[in-house]
Formats: sequence, C-alpha cells, structure tokens
Amino acid sequence: MSKVRVLVGTRKGAFMLTSDGKREKWDVSGPHFSGWEMYHLKGSPADPNRIYASQTSGWFGQIIQRSDDGGKTWHQPGTPPGETTTPDGTPKGESNKFVYDTSAETGAPMTTHQFYDGKPHPWEFKRVWHLEPSLTDPDTVYAGVEDAAIFKSTDGGKNWKELSGLRGHGTGPKWQPGAGGMCLHTIILDPKNPKRIWIAISSAGAFRTDDAGKTWKPINKGLRSQYIPDPDAEVGHCVHHIAMNPQRPGTLFMQKHWDVMRSDDAGDNWTEVSGNLPTDFGFAIDVHAHEPETIYVVPIKSDGEHFVHEGKLRVFRSKTGGNEWTPLTKGLPQKDCYVNVLRDAMSVDTLDKCGIYFGTSGGQVYCSADAGDSWNPIVRDLPAVLSVEVQTLG
Amino acid sequence: MIRVILPTHLRNLAHVGSEVTLEVAGPVTQRSVLDALEGKYPMLRGTIRDHGTLQRRAFLRYFACEEDLSHEPPDEPLPEAVASGKEPFIVIGAIAGGKT
Repeated sequence: MSKVRVLVGTRKGAFMLTSDGKREKWDVSGPHFSGWEMYHLKGSPADPNRIYASQTSGWFGQIIQRSDDGGKTWHQPGTPPGETTTPDGTPKGESNKFVYDTSAETGAPMTTHQFYDGKPHPWEFKRVWHLEPSLTDPDTVYAGVEDAAIFKSTDGGKNWKELSGLRGHGTGPKWQPGAGGMCLHTIILDPKNPKRIWIAISSAGAFRTDDAGKTWKPINKGLRSQYIPDPDAEVGHCVHHIAMNPQRPGTLFMQKHWDVMRSDDAGDNWTEVSGNLPTDFGFAIDVHAHEPETIYVVPIKSDGEHFVHEGKLRVFRSKTGGNEWTPLTKGLPQKDCYVNVLRDAMSVDTLDKCGIYFGTSGGQVYCSADAGDSWNPIVRDLPAVLSVEVQTLG
Repeated sequence: MIRVILPTHLRNLAHVGSEVTLEVAGPVTQRSVLDALEGKYPMLRGTIRDHGTLQRRAFLRYFACEEDLSHEPPDEPLPEAVASGKEPFIVIGAIAGGKT
C-alpha cells in the first residue's frame, strides 16, 4: 500500500509526518536537530531512504545531514558519529564546507556582487536554502546557497563543488540581495534532459543551463518589476519560486515578488497569469502531479504585509494554467488568520487523487487529499515552517 | 590535558558530554586548542571557526578564567590555568536577545 512521508523544516528543527495512502491518520516524529533552523529536507527520487537535510544556525553555521534509512538515523556525510577516520580517506567535516570558486581558471572574475548600498561586496557563504537530489543517482545532489551560488556533490554530500559558471556568466557582479538576503532557492532538474537545470535567485532572477551547469543564461524576458530601476532588466527580478510538472518540462510557473507568471518555452519568455487573484504577491507555487495545467498559489497581502489576505487562509487553484483562479477554503481558517506560507513550504504527492501540502509561519501543516477541494491540519503547533517536501512511497 | 566546554548544540553534533578533554602539543593557544578540538571531532569543523578563514564565527565567544578572550589574538598563550587543566576553555553562543 502506498505511503506518504512529509518532510518539514522549521525554525527550530525538522519533523517527519507519515501516513498511508488515505492521508487521514498521521504519525509525527521530531523534532530532529532540535533547536536548529532546518531550511530544507528532500529525499532522493532514486532512493527514497536517502534524505538530505540542511541544518543551519546563525551561531554555528551550516551542517549537511544525511539519512540512509528514511530518516530513522542521520549523520554528517563523511563523518559518521563516533568514528575518527573514514575508510575512503575523505577529510571529515568537509560536508559542511561550501567554498566559492576562486580558481584562476574559472573563479577569478567572480569577486563581488552589489550590496544594498550599490557598492561591490564580496560573496560570503551563509547557508544552504535548498537541496535538490539527482533524479537518477542517490549520491548526486545540488545545493542552492546564500550568497547565491549552486554547488554539486557527487559523493553523497561529503564534498561540494561550485558550478561556478552561474556566478561567472557575466551578470553576477550586478546581482543584489533583497531584504531576505541573496539566496538561490529554487533548483529544478529536467527529467527528459539531464543537462538542463533551472534555478532562481532572490533577487537576481531565473537562470538556465543546457550543458549540465557549465554555462548559464538569464531567462527573465517578460518579467516586469516596478521595484528596480529598469522594470524589464535582464537581471534584478525577485523571483520567489518556480514550479514544474515533470510530465511537461518546458512549462514553468513562477511566483514572482509580485505577479504569477508562466513560460511555455523553458523560461525563454514569460507571460503574466495573475488573472483574478486578490493579490498576486506570494511565495509558494506548485503544480498538480497529474494535471500540468492545474496550479496552486497562496496569495500574501503585500510585500510589506507578509500574511494572507483579509485574514483568510486561502489556496487559489487554477485549472487553466493561470488567469482563472478559484479560492480553496474548506477546512482552512477564514477569519483572524495572519500566517505566511514560504517559498519552499508547498509540495504535492503523486497519489491519485493528488495530495497538496503546505506549512505556515504559524506552525500548521495542512494536507488536502483531494487536490485542494478540502483541507485538514496534520499538525497545528510546530515552530514556523520553512519547507515542506513530500515523498510518495510504495 | 586541556578541558573544553561546548554549547549544547555542538555537544550534540559531536556526540559528547558537557566537557571534552584534549591533548595539545606545543603552546596552548586558541588556535592550537581549536585545531585539536576539530581534529578529534571533525564534525565541528566550520561550526566554531569559518572553514576557509578560520576566523571565529561572529556569534560565538571564547571564555576562560572569567575573562572574555574572544578578541585575543589566536596565537596568544591561553591562561596557565587553562594550559594546566585547572580551568576549562569555554566556547559559548552569544546571547540571542529574544529575536530567534
């Protein structure tokens, strides 16, 4: 029988929520890594027992954790607890190490980005926002980090190497952080073309590689942002999240700072599909697992008021790929609700009917087992939720 | 024998109790103590000092003998009481102030 495992990252630890295919009764485990900010956890599609987690702290920095048994036990890759050497000779503690490429061959030009005051500022690693395991190899995983860059590990997270062509493609020195920092938060792997990867950065924009990360190009044509000097600039757009249905890799949906966008040519061109949304500011966006034109967003009141509109927690669904949106409210609070839903805090399972999940800044994780028609809280009182990922098992 | 006290989160990462003991060859300094600590508990690399620069992470402090040694040069000898094991070298997180 099918099962689902929901991986929840919060401000104060990680939680794992499991249920059978009915998604009615849930077991809750956690907190794992209690007290740490868990920005993201994600399982390998190639081996669901392999789960990667980003554990971070303003005090102690970045830790990468890995489980090989579906979350029962965890270790820092290359540094098993209680052991002083590794059989393969890997230097321990390297899994925590994210060092920007400064090599003469590829890294030398990439010295600074713009800071808030517009002056050049050196890249400084702060944390891993997003981990994206390979679709085919459990030991290969990508990390999106702040200050914005993408790293890759091919040894299960023991060592990380920057794909420096992203920062080095030419616009890097123009990138500038938003109020939340300059993070690479979205990584999408193309299931039909292993050399194609999409990423998004706040607040630089969206980028794509077609040669497995060697070279990258901005893909922001059609984005229009009033908060930058040139609203149609090549870079500088605050993309909040991008989602894609794996069955249709050329079609992307974007929640920008303001505006919901879509592209049908792999990001080369974007058109706005905000339509009748009550506000088109938001963070999270996702696509139905089986219906590539059915998409979900959670509108947030404004960039100055990061909570849901009118005190109502509403997921909006479009079955037409955007423009025509319907509020989904059954089971969700419709008064006095002022939570936020962050960019990585929405996910879908692949069961039939498709399950939709999201977590809030108030610590609730909601599940809809009927594609959004009705909702139930799995948990109500976790720490603020940073990320939600779902594994469909069996 | 050098005694080191770690904050709770780092104890959990290193799977140790409240105090660890280290053998330090040569002069007992911040650098030599932290080198020995990271050598024995490599999972702590990057959590106390930056991986690349080996600078103290901004929100951590080093205390010993009721003194804040955080701004002392890393190669300055630590107090004799630390070198002799009478007093511990303490790594402690800065006060959060309530925001997080």
